Amino acid sequence: MLDVKALTKTFGNNTAVDKVSFKVEKPCMIGIIGRSGAGKSTFLRMVNRLTDASSGELLFEGRNVLELKGRARREWQSDCAMIFQQFNLVPRMDVVSNVLHGTLGKRSTLGTMFNLFTQDEIHKAIDLLERLGIAEHAAKRAEALSGGQQQRVAIARALMQDPKIILADEPIASLDPMNAQTVMEALRRIHEEDGRMVIANLHTLDTARRYCDRIIGMRDGRMVFDGTPAQLTTGVARDIYGADENFSEAATSTEIRDHIHSDEAERLIAKVTV
Amino acid sequence: MTYIPMDTRSHYAALVRRKRLYGGLTLGIFALLMISGFGLANERNAGGFWTGLPQIFDFPAAVWADTAKHLAEIPAHLVHYFPALLETINIAAVSTLVGALFGTVLSLLSTRGLAPWPAMIPVFRRIMDILRAVPEIVIALMLIFVLGGGPVPAMIAIAFHTSGALGKLFSEVNENADLKPVEGLASVGAKWGQRMWLGVIPQVAPNYFSYGLLRFEINIRASAILGFVGAGGIGYELKNTMSWGQGKFDEAAAIFLLLFLTIVAFDQLSSYIRNRLISEGGH
Repeated sequence: MLDVKALTKTFGNNTAVDKVSFKVEKPCMIGIIGRSGAGKSTFLRMVNRLTDASSGELLFEGRNVLELKGRARREWQSDCAMIFQQFNLVPRMDVVSNVLHGTLGKRSTLGTMFNLFTQDEIHKAIDLLERLGIAEHAAKRAEALSGGQQQRVAIARALMQDPKIILADEPIASLDPMNAQTVMEALRRIHEEDGRMVIANLHTLDTARRYCDRIIGMRDGRMVFDGTPAQLTTGVARDIYGADENFSEAATSTEIRDHIHSDEAERLIAKVTV
Repeated sequence: MTYIPMDTRSHYAALVRRKRLYGGLTLGIFALLMISGFGLANERNAGGFWTGLPQIFDFPAAVWADTAKHLAEIPAHLVHYFPALLETINIAAVSTLVGALFGTVLSLLSTRGLAPWPAMIPVFRRIMDILRAVPEIVIALMLIFVLGGGPVPAMIAIAFHTSGALGKLFSEVNENADLKPVEGLASVGAKWGQRMWLGVIPQVAPNYFSYGLLRFEINIRASAILGFVGAGGIGYELKNTMSWGQGKFDEAAAIFLLLFLTIVAFDQLSSYIRNRLISEGGH
């Protein structure tokens, strides 16, 4: 389905993404992990064609999407939705309009200027907001919503595109743990219910483990791990993050879960009560 | 321990002395420029600057003397010249709108990060420079020669200048626009026009509007002045009544009054609208 062949991006002397190759046979949820600056964002931006690749191939259903130009490129972008860390909504416009922006790839500029969205499209947008549990905010300006709600609007915009792939660039990095969980669950549900492929850059290991079927590890632009969550041992994780023995998953976790063993917790409580 | 505050004091005193020296030098240069400038103006002037200075109030006095005699006719004059004023405002409004439209396009084409052809940015910037550099009156005179007198040459002339001026101001506004929404729209496959219309314009519209209103005020004055060279409107009437020896100074006074009231009215209106825009923070 998706075949990445030696995808490379260089900025001057600096290689951001270095000959990344992997194959995806059927839609699944993929998490890309790695330190900041490992090339995760650049990789996703190349897939969406926001950034041009320096070399390599990216075949989707047999077609090299890196060679697409003009209209064909915009059509690919509408097949390949993107979700950003900072949501990238139009803050001054209402939520439904922001969701409707998902149809722009198939729309003329003149039609856009006169706001020619059909009744069906507007209903579809509201249905999507309902599905993500934020329909009551439909008429509000996007900037009036909380971060978690804005990210769900961004997911609705992505779904409005009816994409084959959803790319998520650090979708939960600017959210609190509670909202992060809602957003990740929404992405997982979209994958399970609609059968869409989801590729997400994640900055915490436990999130990748919990929601993804397959994990790709990147370090300094190169792919250093590709496997299932079970194959991702602490040793491999340390290698991906370039960390020493002090590194533990709990230290990077943002989840609401008890990381302290119960006996240790009891000991702490005992200390406090003394 | 005591030497530290002493040192601070002497340092600060030195700083103050240096500041005073610079201040004195600046003042000296300023005075020198003023004196030499006045001297030059006096030499070049036909009548002589200092000898002409007492006569500066002759014209207002003559206007007042004429007006005082015909005070009762002023309201009739105001009504008589009102249509000409409307024509002037009309010229200003159309040219501001047309200028703002071209200015918007030029500004988007010449803002880094938004421009569809980054290599062409200097070209569009120079085009705006040229539009601003040529005085309205020169374009108007040229067009009047070609098209004949009337409001259309004035409108085109002012629109020319306005698109250059607003283009520059708008492009400064654009530079502060947040690019995240633009990137978001790019990711769904939106074209350049769609990205600008939906991603940039909603952000910059209040500022555009505010600059547009300011320009409208300026254009009312410009449109009045262009009447002097035959472009119609109230300026043309003012030129006719203002000539010496016609005894029409009461009518000139009525026109001055009209212009003054118009400028005040639009100034108040635009500051009211701008305040509301700012307090709302929206468009």
